Amino acid sequence: MMAHAQGQQHPISLYLKIWGLLFVLSTLSYLVDYFHFHGYLRWALIITFMLLKAGLIVSIFMHMAWERLAMVYAILVPPLCLLVLVGLMATEADYVFLSRVIFFGQ
Amino acid sequence: MASHPQAPGESSNTLGSPSAPGWQGIANDWASDKEAFKQVPWGKAMMWIFLLSDTFIFTCFLTGYMSVRMTITTAWPNPSEVFALTIAGREIPLILIAIMTFVLISSSGTMAMAVNYAYRRDRAKTTALMLATAALGVTFVGMQAFEWSKLIAEGVRPWGNPMGAAQFGASFFMITGFHGLHVSIGALYLSIVARKVLRGDYERSGNYQNVEIAGLYWHFVDLVWVFIFAFFYLW
Repeated sequence: MMAHAQGQQHPISLYLKIWGLLFVLSTLSYLVDYFHFHGYLRWALIITFMLLKAGLIVSIFMHMAWERLAMVYAILVPPLCLLVLVGLMATEADYVFLSRVIFFGQ
Repeated sequence: MASHPQAPGESSNTLGSPSAPGWQGIANDWASDKEAFKQVPWGKAMMWIFLLSDTFIFTCFLTGYMSVRMTITTAWPNPSEVFALTIAGREIPLILIAIMTFVLISSSGTMAMAVNYAYRRDRAKTTALMLATAALGVTFVGMQAFEWSKLIAEGVRPWGNPMGAAQFGASFFMITGFHGLHVSIGALYLSIVARKVLRGDYERSGNYQNVEIAGLYWHFVDLVWVFIFAFFYLW
C-alpha cells in the first residue's frame, strides 16, 4: 500500500474538534452583533474571531499545517500584496470623501 | 547544493527527500532545478494556485466595498436590521446569516471527514459525506436565494435602495452573488467527484487525491464566507 507522504491521515476526532471550535467562534462573532458591541471593541472582536476561523480552516481543514514550507509560502505570501492595496485605498479614502462632500455640497 | 544524491531523472527518489528546516529547505526546494513543490501532486498545486487567484478576485471585491463604505456621504444601511428576520413575532438580528454560516461550516466539517475516509478507501462513507456536503451547499444557496428575494422585494437594487447609501445594493449583490456562484459550482463539482468515488474510478487508479483537491476548493468557499460574514454583515 502506498504510504501517504503528506501525512494527511489524521484521526476523525481532530476534524470534529475543529468543527466544534468553528461553531463556537461563529456563535461568538454572532453574539458581538446580538449584544450590540460598538467601536474598537466590536472591530477587535470581529477581526480576532475572523482570523482564528480562517486560520483553523486553512491550517487544519486545508492541511496547510502539514505542507512543505516552499508550498506554504508560495500560497500565503502573495496575498500580502493585497494588504498594500487595502492600505492604499484606505489612505485615499479621506481625499475621496472630501471631494464628494465638496461636489455634493455645491 | 552542488552534490546531487539522486541520479538525474529518478524522480521517485525525490518523493522521499526530507525537508530541511526553515529557509534552507525553501532554498533547496526552489533551487533544485526540478519540480518546485515536492511531494505535492500537480493537481493539488494547481488548485492552490487557482485558489490564490480567486483570493485576489474576492479581495478586490471586498476592497472595493471598503473604499465605497469609507467614502460615502450618506449613511450605510445597518446590516443588523436589514438582515433581521421576524420569527414568532420577535425581530432577531442577522439570524438568517448566522444559520447560513453554521450550514457552511457544517459542510466544511463533512467535507474534511470525506477526504479522510477517501484516503482510508471507504467509498461508501466518502460518497455519503460528499453528497451531504453538496446538499448543505445547496441549502446555503437556497437560503441565499431567499435573502435576495426578500431584499429585492424591499426595493434593494444595485443602483439604490430605500435604507441608505445607494452603493449598498451593488456591493451586496456583487459579493454575495459571486460567492453563491462559487458554492453552486462547488456543489456540482463535489457531486461529480462523489459519483467517481462511488463508481470506483479512484479505486482503480489507486489515487484518492482528487477528493482532497475538491475538498480544498470547498474549504476555500467556506473561508471566503468567513471574511464576507465579518466585513459585510458584522462591520
